[in-house]
Amino acid sequence: MAWRRIDDDGARRRVTVDVEGLPVDAREGDTVAIALLQAGVVAFRETPIDGALRGPLCLMGACFECLVEVDGRPNVQACATPVADGMRVRVQRGARRAEPAA
Amino acid sequence: MTDTHDLVVVGAGPAGLAAATTGASLGLRTVLLDEQPRVGGQIWRDVTRAGPRATALLGPDYARGRPLAEAALASGAEVASDALVWDVARDLAVTALQRGAARRVRAPQLVVATGALERPTPVPGWTLPGVMNAGAAQIALKTGGLVPGGPVVLAGGGPLLLLVACQLLDAGVALAGLVETSPASNRADALRRLPGALAVPSMLAKGLRMIARVRRAGVPRFAGATALRVLGDDRATGLGFEAGGRAHRLHADTVLLHHGVVPNVQIPRLLRVDHRWSDARLAWEVVVDAFGATSLPGLRVAGDGAAIAGAAAAEAAGTLAALGAARALGRLDEAALARLAAAPSRALDAQRRVRPFLDALYRPPRWVLEPDDATVVCRCEAVTAGRVREMARLGCRGPNQTKFYSRCGMGPCQGRVCGGVVTQVLARELGLPPAEVGAYRVRAPIKPVPLGALAGLDEGGGDAAG
Repeated sequence: MAWRRIDDDGARRRVTVDVEGLPVDAREGDTVAIALLQAGVVAFRETPIDGALRGPLCLMGACFECLVEVDGRPNVQACATPVADGMRVRVQRGARRAEPAA
Repeated sequence: MTDTHDLVVVGAGPAGLAAATTGASLGLRTVLLDEQPRVGGQIWRDVTRAGPRATALLGPDYARGRPLAEAALASGAEVASDALVWDVARDLAVTALQRGAARRVRAPQLVVATGALERPTPVPGWTLPGVMNAGAAQIALKTGGLVPGGPVVLAGGGPLLLLVACQLLDAGVALAGLVETSPASNRADALRRLPGALAVPSMLAKGLRMIARVRRAGVPRFAGATALRVLGDDRATGLGFEAGGRAHRLHADTVLLHHGVVPNVQIPRLLRVDHRWSDARLAWEVVVDAFGATSLPGLRVAGDGAAIAGAAAAEAAGTLAALGAARALGRLDEAALARLAAAPSRALDAQRRVRPFLDALYRPPRWVLEPDDATVVCRCEAVTAGRVREMARLGCRGPNQTKFYSRCGMGPCQGRVCGGVVTQVLARELGLPPAEVGAYRVRAPIKPVPLGALAGLDEGGGDAAG
């Protein structure tokens, strides 16, 4: 079940993030992890080792379990990355591929 | 490289904030580097911005952080937020990634105040989505005012587990159960240490209030639980365990695990300073003197990053570290040092007298920290405890060898999560004390950084951010 916000005093601007093609409502200053939890996303990625599903463990930048793809960039720590309006977030599946920089 | 400052502080929690404020107040050119967007560390995360309801729920220990954060911001120290420190050289040059650009600072005195990490709880199923550290739920509350929507089960032991339970109850979250793993023998060990803890009676009163709160709410509470396992196939659906001679299953969407916190020693390990293994706290600690000085001249470690003693102790230790730095720089004489150090030293001593009681009461049971063979210990590389033991039987003598042969600890978290557990599993298997088995060697970058950030560094020193 989605996490819920108990403290929405309207002081923070609303932003919309694209999560797997769906619009997700978030607040300026949220991390991507907070936006995903609130949207009901439980599994943030599949491991490159065995494809097992994983979600965030620590939310403090230590465990690297919340790696997602943000605006096409892989292996971004969702818990350490602030949301931005129009940001595209994708769940990671399997191993990352090394691509030449655009 | 040449000095950019008199004092560099890494980490903006209680110890780092106090160190920066004290340093600046003594006229030291001070910079405080912190990886979060706003100061406060984890204990006071987002304290300058959290909403009124979350702040009320988090209580006075949280709200206390606000004036201390504001004091640091107004102290005259440069507060560099969003600055991820990824290397510290033996000459104390500190390299950070600040908003995508490399930045290097150096001072003759460096205070590392990088705080604590939650100890892992490697039980079957703990890698399933929906399982989190209890502290993570609190961070969600601090940063987003967010609480779990569905039922929650909390398991483990420690003051933070109780605190999170109370805060979630206050937020209206349904708790399916509080499952405590502390063995009954812990209680007798703790009672022998109670007289020391009476030095801070408010702490004991706080603990009793939390227990009463959970009881009043009618949350099913289980003591001396064993055989924990998270239920579910591709996500957590609850917790199975044994307690009181019976098997239990509690349904929950979110499983919060906690077995205390341990010092985050990445930077001291990187600099190869002296550490010791604490049998009381089952963790590596940094060997420091009364002013945080380590075995490397100029490097000080303050707060939970040296040894776990809590936020109030960390604040005092941060002040003492900055005083020690000022003395070393010749900016304080012995008399002034003694005068300024008296109050924080007393505060630190009082907080430390509580610890033996808490350490004994919430000492994690051996079956948690030395899990059975099938349980994953290294989450990044999916390495089980059995594989680590097998490596030991094949001749590996320590965590660096098992890492080499099994990739255990080689993933993106760089062993932060599994390090202590791997040391303990190996110590048992090899029949050696943990101090002899050792710890992962830490190398820069201590957190993954983009290659472009390295390429942007000016090797001549100075600020490469341009």
